[in-house]
Amino acid sequence: MAASFGEPRRSFSGGGIRVVLPAHLRTLAKVGDEVSVHVERQVTLGSVLDALEARYPVLQGTIRDHITLRRRPYVRFYACEEDLSHEPPDTPLPEAVVTGAEPFLVVGAMAGG
Amino acid sequence: MSGVRVLVGTRKGGFILTSDARRARWEVSGPHFGGWEIYHMKGSPADPNRLYASQSSGWFGQLMQRSNDGGKTWEPVGNKFVYDGVAGTHQWYDGTPHPWEFKRVWHLEPSPTDADTVYAGVEDAALFRTTDAGQTWHELPGLRRHGSGSAWSPGAGGLCLHTIVLDPTNTDRIVVAISAAGAFRTDDGGENWRPINHGLRSEGIPNPTAEVGHCVHRIARHPSRPGVLFMQKHWDVMRSDDGGDSWREVSGNLPTDFGFVIDVHAHEPQTIYVVPIKSDSEHYPPDGKLRVYRSRTGGQEWEALTNGLPQRDCYVNVLRDAMSVDSLDPCGVYFGTTGGQVYGSADAGDNWTPIVRDLPAVISVEVQTVPPSLAGV
Repeated sequence: MAASFGEPRRSFSGGGIRVVLPAHLRTLAKVGDEVSVHVERQVTLGSVLDALEARYPVLQGTIRDHITLRRRPYVRFYACEEDLSHEPPDTPLPEAVVTGAEPFLVVGAMAGG
Repeated sequence: MSGVRVLVGTRKGGFILTSDARRARWEVSGPHFGGWEIYHMKGSPADPNRLYASQSSGWFGQLMQRSNDGGKTWEPVGNKFVYDGVAGTHQWYDGTPHPWEFKRVWHLEPSPTDADTVYAGVEDAALFRTTDAGQTWHELPGLRRHGSGSAWSPGAGGLCLHTIVLDPTNTDRIVVAISAAGAFRTDDGGENWRPINHGLRSEGIPNPTAEVGHCVHRIARHPSRPGVLFMQKHWDVMRSDDGGDSWREVSGNLPTDFGFVIDVHAHEPQTIYVVPIKSDSEHYPPDGKLRVYRSRTGGQEWEALTNGLPQRDCYVNVLRDAMSVDSLDPCGVYFGTTGGQVYGSADAGDNWTPIVRDLPAVISVEVQTVPPSLAGV
């Protein structure tokens, strides 16, 4: 297995990639405001999402399509005030995310009724 | 004495309404999965505490939920719906080929005998089945591949398989309906399929009597007469007495033959219900009067049922999966509206009462008749 994972926590205390999920996915995964995942290989958009879905299989298909792994249209990826939504999966995440200083944000777009 | 459990799917969550057999006082639980579209919830006839729900959103896609305790608690199960083999194309609105893309589950039809087996009708139109209580879903690809699939085109609501009719006397026979392709039947458990649209006439398609292309809205049947099918089509209420091999119109004296729902009385196989809706595009009751129409003759002769229903300034719709009946005596009839009301009748439609008035827009209504201990009453 390529990744190992910490327990979900409400406030990060170091040691992994911090991931903030939108409210509905927190409810679905039964986690708090923030989770932490450890990625053994290069920390990229794709490897963090792989680790997240491996730790919380119920999230499979909700952020990315099951088969194509394409981001769902109304889901966005932010980090360090940058929009990474349109970047390819092998895009390295900013160093501040790798060190745990900043979280990786999975955001439900503000849309719909 | 039995109780009744009404499973209500709405645009913003699921609700469960329970009552004893008097059907006069109701308890409401929910919203379950608040904020998500619940296209359909349905219970297993083999185990009434086993419920399945289709949960989806434009943001996060499709989830499937299962309950083993009548809806008190739920657990997510498999949500991976992958078309078998090369998905191919159907027609898009502009007539060009469009790849088959899974969007959502419209309808769930649990097996009458096995609580772990459920059929799912999905958009883009296909039929899936689970035999492990929802953990994995597999397509029955013979339907898409029988020959006409590449010519199917979506209705206004998408290319959706919304109706699944299982035959209680013949597990190999399944009837499905697709908007806007028509009705299809298998007689060998899903391997081979054929269109069953002979007798349908749809003026909105180039050949009004084409083999496929009809916008069928709903099909219902009574379990004691599985060969008799009743259909609410985009226009026309239709009836088949030969399992769908041929259809004849039974719209009769309805104020409009457009509508979405159709259902059959639990104990009278010739008593059927529709809710006429004004169209094109208005999609609210004619004259602002919400009227259920009942035929006791299997169609053609209809009577308006209005007691307790709003007879002025009512402009709601009743969607295709939003009517159901219980199996008590007298038969209870229930339907939900896009205005968030769920109306119930404990006397086969003679009198109606709103069970709830202010839910989100109702997509689906299913009813279980259960022992009182299971209904929580």
